This record gives sequence, C-alpha cells and structure tokens, in this order.
Amino acid sequence: MTVYYTEEHEWIRVEGDEATVGITDFAQGQLGDIVFVELPDAGRQVTKGGEAAVVESVKAASDVYAPVDGEIVEPNPALADDPSLVNSDPEGEGWFFRLRLADSSQLDGLMDSDAYKAFADSQ
Amino acid sequence: MSDSQDTTLPLDAWHKARGARMVSFAGYSMPIQYEGIIAEHRWTRESAGLFDVSHMGQLIVAGFEAEKGLESVLPADLALLKEGRLRYSLLLNDEGGIVDDLMATRRGEHFYVVVNGATKQGDIAYLQERLPRGVVLDHMKEQALLALQGPKAVEALFRLAPGVEQLGFMTGGAFTLDGSTVWISRSGYTGEDGFEISVPAARATAVAELLAAQPEVKPIGLGARDSLRLEAGLPLYGHDLDSDTTPIEADLGFAVSKRRRAEGGFAGWPRILREIEEGPVRRRVGLTVEGRQPVREGAVVIDEDGDEVGKVTSGGFSAMLEAPIAMAYVPAASAEPGSEIRLVQRDKIFQAKVAPMPFVAHRYHRKGAA
Repeated sequence: MTVYYTEEHEWIRVEGDEATVGITDFAQGQLGDIVFVELPDAGRQVTKGGEAAVVESVKAASDVYAPVDGEIVEPNPALADDPSLVNSDPEGEGWFFRLRLADSSQLDGLMDSDAYKAFADSQ
Repeated sequence: MSDSQDTTLPLDAWHKARGARMVSFAGYSMPIQYEGIIAEHRWTRESAGLFDVSHMGQLIVAGFEAEKGLESVLPADLALLKEGRLRYSLLLNDEGGIVDDLMATRRGEHFYVVVNGATKQGDIAYLQERLPRGVVLDHMKEQALLALQGPKAVEALFRLAPGVEQLGFMTGGAFTLDGSTVWISRSGYTGEDGFEISVPAARATAVAELLAAQPEVKPIGLGARDSLRLEAGLPLYGHDLDSDTTPIEADLGFAVSKRRRAEGGFAGWPRILREIEEGPVRRRVGLTVEGRQPVREGAVVIDEDGDEVGKVTSGGFSAMLEAPIAMAYVPAASAEPGSEIRLVQRDKIFQAKVAPMPFVAHRYHRKGAA
C-alpha cells in the first residue's frame, strides 16, 4: 500500500489495481468548513487532471481533479450525510472515491509524503 | 490570500497574533476567519462576536444645510430623526439606483454616516458633487470601527461601558470605554442584539483586547459576518444591491419614508414612486434550496422554458438551518413566499422556494418591547 500526493492537494492510496482518493489535511484547512461534496457515480470514467468532484465550503465551491485515469468503483457514501468528515478526517473517513487504475505508470509522476509535505509547506 | 498592495487597518497585527487568516477585501487586508466560519457563526448567535469593520467609511456631514443636503440624495425623513438615533438609508442616483447603503445618525449639529468600505471613495466623491456648498464632509480616517454582536454582547459591554444597556435598537451615544471616549450604537449586521463602537484608531488595539478578554466574546472574521448577514436577510452592497437596482426592487421600500415618497425631492424619486404604485418588474427574495449543495452568487434563475429570468446575488450554507439559502432577484410574479424557483449553476438544475426573510429571526433589543 503506497500513498501518493498531487500538486492539487489530493492523496491517492494504491492497493493493487485500485486506489482511494481524497484531499489532504492542508487542502481541507485551506477550504475551511465543508458543507457539501459532489461525488462521481460508480462506473464513471475519469481522466488525470479532469474534474472528478466538487467540494463546497461555506465560502466557495472548488473542483477536485482525478489524480490518474480510471473508472470510479465507489463514491464515499458517508460524505452525503456528513461532509464535515473531510475536515475532521481528510486522509481517513473523509475519502472521496475509490477507482480502478487505468494506467499505473501515471503514479510515477506523483509525490510521496515527504515531497508533498515540503510542497505544502512552500504554499 | 492577502495582497501586498493592500492597506492595513489598525488591528492588523492583533488579528494576525490571534491566528486570523487574512484576505484581500475592498483593498484592505482583513481577517476572513480565526477558528472556522461555522464555529464563529454559531458563537455569535449563542454568545458574542467581535468584528473589525474598520474598512467601513465613517463620515461626518455638517453645516446648516446638512439635513437638506442629505435628503436630496437619501429617501429618509431626516426631519423625524431624533438626536442619537440611527436610520438605515440608501444613497441614490438620478435613476433611482442604489449608490450605496448606509447608516445615518443625528449627532448634535451633524450627521454621522457609516458607508461600505468598498464604495466609500465613490460615495465621498458623489456626496461632494451633490451636497450644497454649505455642507462640510469629513472622512474620519482616524477612527476604527468594531462591532460586538450576539445575545451576550450587552453583558460583556455593560461591564466595560456602563450605560450601554440603556440604549434601544438603532440608538447611540458617547461612552467612556477603557479611558477613551467612544461612540456606541445599538446596531449591527447579524440580526442579533449588539453594538457598533467607533473608537480612535490609536486606541483600537487596547479596546479590542479588552473586549476579546471578556468570557462571552471571541473575535469573528468576515466569513461569518457574511453568513450571519445572509441568514438575517440583510443585503450586501455590490452583491445584492447595485447602481442599477432600486430600493423597491431590492425590497427595501421601508427605507423610503412616508413623507419623502409623497413629496419627493430626492434623486430617483419619479422611478421609485412609479415602482411603489405599479410594482417593480423584479424583486429581491430569499430562497431555500433543496438538498445540501449551496448555490452561489451568479447562479441563474430560469423559467419553464429554461430562459434566464433572474439571478442569485448571494448564496451559502446556513449554519443554523443546516441548509443552503440564497438571495435572488426573481420576476415579481414569482416573488411570493412559497413560489417555486428553478436555478442553474454549472449546468446543474436546483429546485428552490421563495422563503420569507429573515431566514433566522432577528433578536434586536427594541425599547418598549420587553
């Protein structure tokens, strides 16, 4: 199990040919109180860098991009009732969706946790 | 993020020391939040919140023609305005459009007028052009402005400035606070009981520190200020009001005093009178939106054919109702509470209903009303 990070402040935890995606603690802190998350339906194809979800804070709506190409396996059902899980546990219970990887070589260009930490600190 | 071009306000260092996230607003670096917008919002509704609104323009309009001069650009009956009383009013252009919304107080021989931060320079230029020669306009740049809002504001402020508890809603007076003479009015922008405190800039940090040290009080950022005023149904200039919008369209007909609507003599009177008599084409309303996803400013109101017939001017998530709410301009025929409204935002349709405002009941301290 390996966790990668993007410059868009998403994390992607890979297990075999599937991965779980969410936004980082840094991202939720920047967004503030999250009141709604619009998630992709199971079966939808997403492409690296393309819109995959919308996260609505009290202040504004922000797009969340797919970190890699893939097919959505499952959106996180818990976020419909309690979107604040993204604030309280962004890298755990506040995950956004699971997807089936289309091309695992796309992971190579992503950051590991040390690189991401340095990146977030520089923001 | 705040912009290095921004002007800093007297409490800048104080906000930063308290962990505020600073943003650029109206050319100023301002605190958007401290611990989080929803927590700050709820704290204000339950206890008392301290807001720095020093970006707002504090003006003095003086001279023997001050009342007459102001009445030429405001639809308020200032002749009825007693000493120490505030009136919400609107600076109007000749087409009846709203140049700004403001609070005017009769204070001895002059009027104390508080205007929006983003519009104050334009307001000053407009007033200088429109006010007669005998009127002197002073922009009090050396004054900071704080607001203490919430059901426990009176407990906290009474401890520091005894006598404020005697003020009724929309009245003000001079008080001593932390050794300084300050002007305190019982007014605000949250729908709660509370006060606005005009304090010399040099004393602002000491006064803010003293207020925030009261157990009822926490500092509150602009984010919660916006969500609180939206729940209270109060319009925000530049969003819900602009120079193409009249007071009648904006559902602010109460600000057009009885004598003034009959007599006129203020900018935009013909159109405003016509809209009072015939009704406006569109009207500002409150909306409750189905589901949990907020609709924001810029979302479009559509009719049955999908054609644009109005727009959302403010929208967000009500922390108290735990539901999305908005203000929008809709056709007059759809402005009654209960009317079904369809909205489009980012190619997605939202169902909404016209709701009476305020969304959360006002709790002003009106004298005589126990």
